[in-house]
Amino acid sequence: MNSIKHEMRRRKIKEFGSSVYHNKTALVGTIVLSFFVIVAIFGPMIIPFSTLDFGNPEDMLQAPNGEHWLGTDDMGRDILANLISGARVSLLIGFLATLISMGIGTLIGISSGYFGKAIDNILMRLTDFFLVIPWLPLMMVLAAILGTSIWNIIFVIGITSWAGTARVVRAQTLSVKERQFVERTVSLGSGSFHIMSKHILPNVFPLIFANTVLIAAAAILSETTLSFLGLGDPTRASWGMMLHYAFESGAASANAYWYYLPPGICVVLVVLSFALMGYAFDEIMNPKFKER
Amino acid sequence: MRRKFIIKKTMYAIITVFIVLIFNYILFRILPGDPLSMIMRNPRATPEMVDTVSALYGLDKPWYTQFIMYFQNMLHGDLGMSFVYKSSVTGVIATKILPTLWMLGMAEIIAIIVGIFLGIVAAANRGTKIDVGTLGFSLVTYSMPTFWLGIIMVSVFCVGLRIFPVGGMQSPGMSFAGEGAQLLDILHHSVLPIITMSILLIGEYALTMRNTLMDVLEEDYILTAKAKGFSRKYILRKHAVPNAMLPMITIIAINLGLVIGGAIQIETVFSWPGLGSLMYESLSARDYPLLQGLFLLITISVVLANYLTDITYSYIDPRVKD
Repeated sequence: MNSIKHEMRRRKIKEFGSSVYHNKTALVGTIVLSFFVIVAIFGPMIIPFSTLDFGNPEDMLQAPNGEHWLGTDDMGRDILANLISGARVSLLIGFLATLISMGIGTLIGISSGYFGKAIDNILMRLTDFFLVIPWLPLMMVLAAILGTSIWNIIFVIGITSWAGTARVVRAQTLSVKERQFVERTVSLGSGSFHIMSKHILPNVFPLIFANTVLIAAAAILSETTLSFLGLGDPTRASWGMMLHYAFESGAASANAYWYYLPPGICVVLVVLSFALMGYAFDEIMNPKFKER
Repeated sequence: MRRKFIIKKTMYAIITVFIVLIFNYILFRILPGDPLSMIMRNPRATPEMVDTVSALYGLDKPWYTQFIMYFQNMLHGDLGMSFVYKSSVTGVIATKILPTLWMLGMAEIIAIIVGIFLGIVAAANRGTKIDVGTLGFSLVTYSMPTFWLGIIMVSVFCVGLRIFPVGGMQSPGMSFAGEGAQLLDILHHSVLPIITMSILLIGEYALTMRNTLMDVLEEDYILTAKAKGFSRKYILRKHAVPNAMLPMITIIAINLGLVIGGAIQIETVFSWPGLGSLMYESLSARDYPLLQGLFLLITISVVLANYLTDITYSYIDPRVKD
């Protein structure tokens, strides 16, 4: 029984992998994202500049040159080195925040759809609240209370961005719940927890997966924005933090394009690759969209 | 049917506003920003002063009485005192509403017109360069941090090309010029923030319009119209577009949260004297009462706007059930 299940799962994953490979959009997104993930993991081990050491006064705000390929910032630090160590921070925050968000969204969505009635009503009103509240002011207020550390930023983004997932998961749970195999397991005496984790979760999972990619894109953007507004962790500079320093030091009026362009371009590339993947996954798993 | 719908939506809106109030109240207590903390900072504060303020804001009463008092104060428009401005939060906020409304209103109008137009063109020419270009444009603008686009705009148009003035809403001394010159000056300052804001929105509106229009074009009544021999253009204008407009209303309402997030960033970059840059200032200065007041105003406005959209929508499209 178990081996059949595993074989089926393996085949499904393989099928999915091959459709990703044959879908140009998904392939481009995956390659770009993989590049940044590799840079984030291994990059900081090989960069020759220390990102926290301030440079000499004559190194300040240098345009790109032979020694500093992307120039230096207003503290004389190498931009490329900062960019590489920023990749780690930005991606880490993005991934962990997405994990929290998906966890909460799935839990609330499944419970709401499965239990129905009063629990559904209460959980959905809470979901409505998080859906309708403008996300940036909410995050700003929460981050301001909790203080600036990357763990707080992760928590704030995770706790404010789950509502969309909960809605989608609830709708799917409602339809899975009505299927016969659930009825059969109930008559065999399965408890609620068993049904939710063993029968409903695997069936809503593909949906969660496609959603995750889009949440990750939003999480990276949120982190960048919060850091730009001065709510980032000053000891661990993400791309958003670099943009914050660039703005505060007046890089725009000094026309120091090498300072404010690269971190933004990195953010755009990562978010874009997530968006492309999300778009393609939707296409693969949702045949209705195929003709688009 | 509709009555039931309206009652349900009204209930939900009231519940959401209530959650906002409770949430805000709890934050207000956790924050180091209760009215006493300001008095405590003053080294010459006497115990009598502390007692008076405690009594004024009901801090000596049990929590439920405090909540009711907080609620009453808010209904009277009393949101406390700003740490930085040393005056009432309501008064500080009131002076900043108009610039934000002007900026957002103009940006929305431009974005809706351009977005709908682009969406129609893309859907009518599916698969062509225009369609792919529209898709690419909306994907890239979606992926771009709003403030970053603002920084680039400032750098290119204000610093590089020197076409537009840097920052603010008025040049210094312009308040002494004639009314016409003053208005022109404000317009000149408004161009870049408005354009930046609308670029942020156009992609989303164009994409929504394109996708809905494509769905509508597959409906049976479009086929009927084709069979009747109407021209492509006529069908598009008279049959498809009006039906595709409906979801646009919803997407504009749903986008309000995004618009406000964008306003905070754009106003900060352009030092536009509105609610967004006030929010940034209050955050940087940790002016908690002001931050709370702004948060309350923004969230309740968005909840109300969404509620009104739902109700309006039920009149425009009688099919809505949930």
